[in-house]
Amino acid sequence: MSTWFSETFPNVVYQGWGGDTGWGTAIFQTLFMTFWSAVFGGLLGLIFGVGLVVTGPKGITPNKTLFWILDKIVSVFRAVPFVILLAFIAPFTKALVGTQIGINAALVPLSLGVFPFYARQIQVALSEVDSGIVEAAQAVGASFSQIVFGVYIKEGRSEIIRVSTVTLISLIGLTAMAGAIGAGGIGNMAVAYGYNRFANDTTLFATLIVLIMVLIVQVTGDWLARKYNHK
Amino acid sequence: MTAPIISLKDIDVTFTPKGKTIHAVQDVSIDVQKGDIYGIVGYSGAGKSTLVRTVNLLQEPTSGSVTINGETFFSKTDNGATQKIKGKELKEKRRKIGMIFQHFNLLNERTVEENVLFALENNKEKEKIKKEKVAELLELVDLSDRAKQYPSQLSGGQKQRVAIARALANDPEILISDEATSALDPKTTRQILDLLKKLNKEYGLTVLLITHEMEAVKAIADKVAVMQNGRVLEKGSTLDIFTKPQAELTKEFIATATNQDQAIQAITDSETVKNLPADQTFAELKYTGNSTNKPLITSLYEQFGVVANILYGNIEVLQGTEVGSLLVILSSEKDNLDDALAFLASQNVSVNILKGAQA
Ligand SMILES: Nc1ncnc2c1ncn2[C@@H]1O[C@H](COP(=O)(O)OP(=O)(O)OP(=O)(O)O)[C@@H](O)[C@H]1O
Ligand SMILES: [Mg+2]
Repeated sequence: MSTWFSETFPNVVYQGWGGDTGWGTAIFQTLFMTFWSAVFGGLLGLIFGVGLVVTGPKGITPNKTLFWILDKIVSVFRAVPFVILLAFIAPFTKALVGTQIGINAALVPLSLGVFPFYARQIQVALSEVDSGIVEAAQAVGASFSQIVFGVYIKEGRSEIIRVSTVTLISLIGLTAMAGAIGAGGIGNMAVAYGYNRFANDTTLFATLIVLIMVLIVQVTGDWLARKYNHK
Repeated sequence: MTAPIISLKDIDVTFTPKGKTIHAVQDVSIDVQKGDIYGIVGYSGAGKSTLVRTVNLLQEPTSGSVTINGETFFSKTDNGATQKIKGKELKEKRRKIGMIFQHFNLLNERTVEENVLFALENNKEKEKIKKEKVAELLELVDLSDRAKQYPSQLSGGQKQRVAIARALANDPEILISDEATSALDPKTTRQILDLLKKLNKEYGLTVLLITHEMEAVKAIADKVAVMQNGRVLEKGSTLDIFTKPQAELTKEFIATATNQDQAIQAITDSETVKNLPADQTFAELKYTGNSTNKPLITSLYEQFGVVANILYGNIEVLQGTEVGSLLVILSSEKDNLDDALAFLASQNVSVNILKGAQA
C-alpha cells in the first residue's frame, strides 16, 4: 500500500508532513487563516449586517444617514476584487500587525475581504425575521438589545448558520489566494509546489483536502441549521 | 362618568411612501372607559391597525393626542409643540398595555413558557417568582401541559392563547386585540372571544377589540366604532349600533353578522309572498328589550283581529338585552290594520312594510 502510494504520488510524499513546506503545516495555515478571519470578518460583518437592518427603512431605529454610510462601506469593499484589496491595503496591514507578509498579515485582507459579503448575507437573513414578531417584542416593552439578540439573532439563528456556512466556504477559497503574500496554506501548496512545478499529484492532493474541508463545513452547517430551526 | 382609560383625540396618521400621501387615520376621537370591551370594525385598509397602534405608540400620530389613564403619551396640535413619552419610560408604559395579533407573532425559537418569560425579561423579580408567574398564566389560558413545546407544534387557537398569556405577563390594564381571531375557525374564535370576555369580567381588563367580523363585536363588545377610509363613521353602544345603525356600511356589517338579509331575500322570493293576496301585508317587525316579553302576536289578534303569520323569527341577546326580528304576513278581518300598526309603534316595535296593502 505505502509503496503504491509513494509511487503514484511521489511529489505528495516529497513535501512531507512537517517543516515549512509540509502538508501538516499547510493544513494548519489554512485552518488558522480561515478561523481567525472568520472571527474578525464575521464579527465585523455581523455588526454591519445588524446595523443595516436596524437602521434600515423598516428597522427598529431607522436612521437614513447611518444606513447610507454602512451601506456604502459594504458596497465599496464588496466591489474590490480580493487580490487587489490584498495589495491596496498593504500599508494599513503593516500599521496594524507590523508586517505586510506572512500568515498574520493575511488575516487583515481576509477579514476585510469577507466581511462585506457576510454583512449582506446577514442583512438578508435578518430581514426575513417576521416583522410581526419584532412588533410583538416592542409591544411588551423589549429593549434595543433584547430585540437585537433575543429576536433578530435568535429568530434568525438557523438562517444565520446557513449563511455563515456559505461564507466560511468562500473564505476557505479566499485563503488560497493569501499565498500571494506568503501566508502559505493549502492553496499555496497547490499553486507553488503543484502547478508551478508540474507536480500534478500535489495539486490533486491539495484539491482533495480543500474539498474535504468544504464538505465538513457544509455538512456541519446543514446539521446545525436544521437543529436550530423550530419554524 | 369617570375619566376614560384610553382617550384618543383628533388622531391623524399620514404616511408618505415615495412622496404619495396616504391618510391612514383621519380625525378620529375615541374614549374607552375602564372595563369596557370596545370594538373597532372596518374592512381591510380602513386604518384600524394604524389607529390602535397609536395607543402604545408603536405608531406615532401625525397629529392629535393619546392619553392613557389620564397620562399624556403623545400630544401634538397642528402647529403647536410635540409632547411625548419615549425611551425607557415608553417601554415601561408599553408593558401595561398588552397586545395580540392576527398571526400570533410568537417567537418561533422559544418554547411556550419561554415566550411568556420573554415579556418578563425586564422584570426585576427573582427567576423563581417569574417562573411561577409564567406557570400561573399558562394555567389561566389552559396550556400548562404545552409549556415545553414550540409554537410550531400548536394549533392556531393554542398559539393565540400563548400570545394572550404573554400579553398579560406584566399585568396590563389594557389589552389590544388586533384581528386576533381572524385566522381562526368559528369554534376556536368563540373560545378566544370567551377567554377575552372572562379576562374582562374577572380582572376588569379593558379590551380594544379590532375586527372585521361584526359577529365578534356582537358576542362580547359593549361599545363599537365603525371605521372606513381612516374615519369613524359611527360609534356607540353595541345595542344602539345593532338596533339603529345609521351608516350604510354599518348596516352591511350587521347584515353579514346575522345572515338576516339572506333570510329576508329567500322569504321575499318565496311563492307565499309572491302570490300575496291584495288584502294581506308582508312586514318586518323589530323590537328591543322589554317588548319582547309581551305577547305581541296575541294582542294583535285579541285587540284588532289581526292575524300574524310568522315566516321567520330571530332573537339575539346583545349586552343582556333581547333584540328580535320577525317576518310576518298580517291579515286583518276587519279593516283596521292601521290601528294595529299604531299599536305596534306604541309598543316600541318598528314596522317595516315590505309588501302589501300599505306599502
Ligand atoms: N407603514 C406604512 N406605510 C405606508 N402605508 C401604510 C403603512 N401602514 C399602513 N399603511 C396604509 O394605511 C392604510 C390603513 O392600514 P391599516 O393596516 O391600519 O388597515 P387595517 O384596517 O388594519 O386593515 P386590515 O384589516 O387589513 O389589517 C392602508 O391603506 C395601508 O396601506
Ligand atoms: Mg390591521
